[in-house]
Amino acid sequence: MAGQPTNVRGTPVRSADLKKGRVFTTTYVPRIQYAWDTGQAIGRYLEELKNGRLIARRCNNCQRIMIPPRMFCERCFGPTHAWVVVKDTGTVNTFSLSYVSWDVRRLKKPEIPAVIEIDGASKGMGILHVLGNVSPKAVRIGMKVRAVWKPAQQRTGSITDIAYFEPIKGKAPAAKRTAKKPFKAKAKKSKSRKRR
Amino acid sequence: MRRVAVVGAGMTKFIHRALETPKELSWLAAKAALDSAEMKLDQVDCVVEGTAPDAFDGVHMNGEYLSDGCGAWKKPYLRCYVGGGTGVYALAQGWFHIASGLFDTALVVCEEKMSTCLPHPQAAFLTIFDNITEQPLKPNLLWIFALEMNRYMSVHGYSVEDIAKVSVKNKRNALGHPSAQLGAELTVKDVLASEIMAWPVHRLMVSPTSDGAAAVLLASEEVAKRVTNKPVWVQGVGWCLDSAYWTNRDLYYPDYVEKAAWMAYRMAGIREPRKEINLAEPYDPFAYKELHHLEGLQLAPKGQAPRLLADGVFDRDGDLPTCPSGGLLGVGNPIAAAGMMKLCELFWQLRGEAGPRQVPGRPRRGVAQAWGDLMQVGTVVVMGVN
Repeated sequence: MAGQPTNVRGTPVRSADLKKGRVFTTTYVPRIQYAWDTGQAIGRYLEELKNGRLIARRCNNCQRIMIPPRMFCERCFGPTHAWVVVKDTGTVNTFSLSYVSWDVRRLKKPEIPAVIEIDGASKGMGILHVLGNVSPKAVRIGMKVRAVWKPAQQRTGSITDIAYFEPIKGKAPAAKRTAKKPFKAKAKKSKSRKRR
Repeated sequence: MRRVAVVGAGMTKFIHRALETPKELSWLAAKAALDSAEMKLDQVDCVVEGTAPDAFDGVHMNGEYLSDGCGAWKKPYLRCYVGGGTGVYALAQGWFHIASGLFDTALVVCEEKMSTCLPHPQAAFLTIFDNITEQPLKPNLLWIFALEMNRYMSVHGYSVEDIAKVSVKNKRNALGHPSAQLGAELTVKDVLASEIMAWPVHRLMVSPTSDGAAAVLLASEEVAKRVTNKPVWVQGVGWCLDSAYWTNRDLYYPDYVEKAAWMAYRMAGIREPRKEINLAEPYDPFAYKELHHLEGLQLAPKGQAPRLLADGVFDRDGDLPTCPSGGLLGVGNPIAAAGMMKLCELFWQLRGEAGPRQVPGRPRRGVAQAWGDLMQVGTVVVMGVN
């Protein structure tokens, strides 16, 4: 028996068909612009980025200091209560070495995106940023990092006012590095559910 | 609530670029689903459609554009959308329509055409990140997967090699699927030798971009028993969203998948998922995702999925076959249609009609799951033969 699905349809188009105009296509380049209101919390966040510091919001009810800041707490669903200036240092929660740009160009030198848990915010409160001034091979989860700010006159009130985060020298990573040895399979396939 | 059965399924080939328009692809899949149940469009009471971001097609209100291809002419019609979770969620949406007593039949069609977006559909993903605090960093969709995979491996102490075995299994399984885009016989070495896209993600650990469509036909118990002697019952549906503040969560474990799974399991009367489920189609857009989701689905203890994989538990002839279709890694990933493909696979497997892909031992119950939005949604459907 061949098995389902049978008689599947769909006609592949090859790149050459497209390039040589053997199939018709029409193109559309949207030209639209948006002006996003930043709101109260992120407006202040951007303002403080311009001032060279990171700011969070505290929810007294949940005892959380949250970054990025927000005017309401998504857990207790009440308003947040106070602004808290937090440090511009933190810990790498996770990272990647990306050899592909956002528009899928290949990169020789990788970008190093990371989630950085910010010191002074509640545990686990991270932001997305990139690491710099570090060899890709040296990056570790648990590494202590600090913000490298653009010069004050170049800041615009954007997350990119922090050029990147760099390792704090002399602070060894808190966590052990990812295991490199693959897990060894048992010799035989497990036959019984009970073994799990 | 009334019982709901799947009585027909159909899909197109999944291909890198299809000549057919999104509407034509939808029609091919919808018609195949109707034909498989030997039913006509005028026997369909309502239509549900699932498709992911409009940005891929560059067609605003894509649901309305697709409606004719989905068989929605002058019928109650609804598009649903939860990012990558759409394909599995769409069946839940169809289930409401019938379980509620409002309709007796529902055609559920999922379609995606990603190739339209130039230079690469990846660029359309930029706008899913927070518009103010993240987009200026020019993030790439690969980033979030790489960040999550690294966290998962690091917390549990696994290597890239442990994860690569998912690609080997799924691409091999896909060799038996007539719609598959990337079926292949590979070794772990091949996977590790493929280009590093965003360490620890290698090229062969990433599902392709695809064009394609898939559909199922749902029916109430009364109609189902009239039109087929092999109905496959929808036993449970579940879905759950976590916070969009994804950098504030520990990515190593998908809580929201666990919540969605238990919602579906409770409905299905399942207390011990690992004993009561015979096969699974977890969402596998990236290799580690299958393992991550199997843990969320309670089909492997936390941090144990790579060990069970290495033991062969998830092979087609293992104790708990996972992605016997070949998954997104092997069959392809036209986003919403890929989730629906998983439900089609459960339907064929549970009817014993999957041919070379058939898992042995007459499976009686399966679970399919999809995931999406900004690392935050889990959608789950449990199907069974009774």
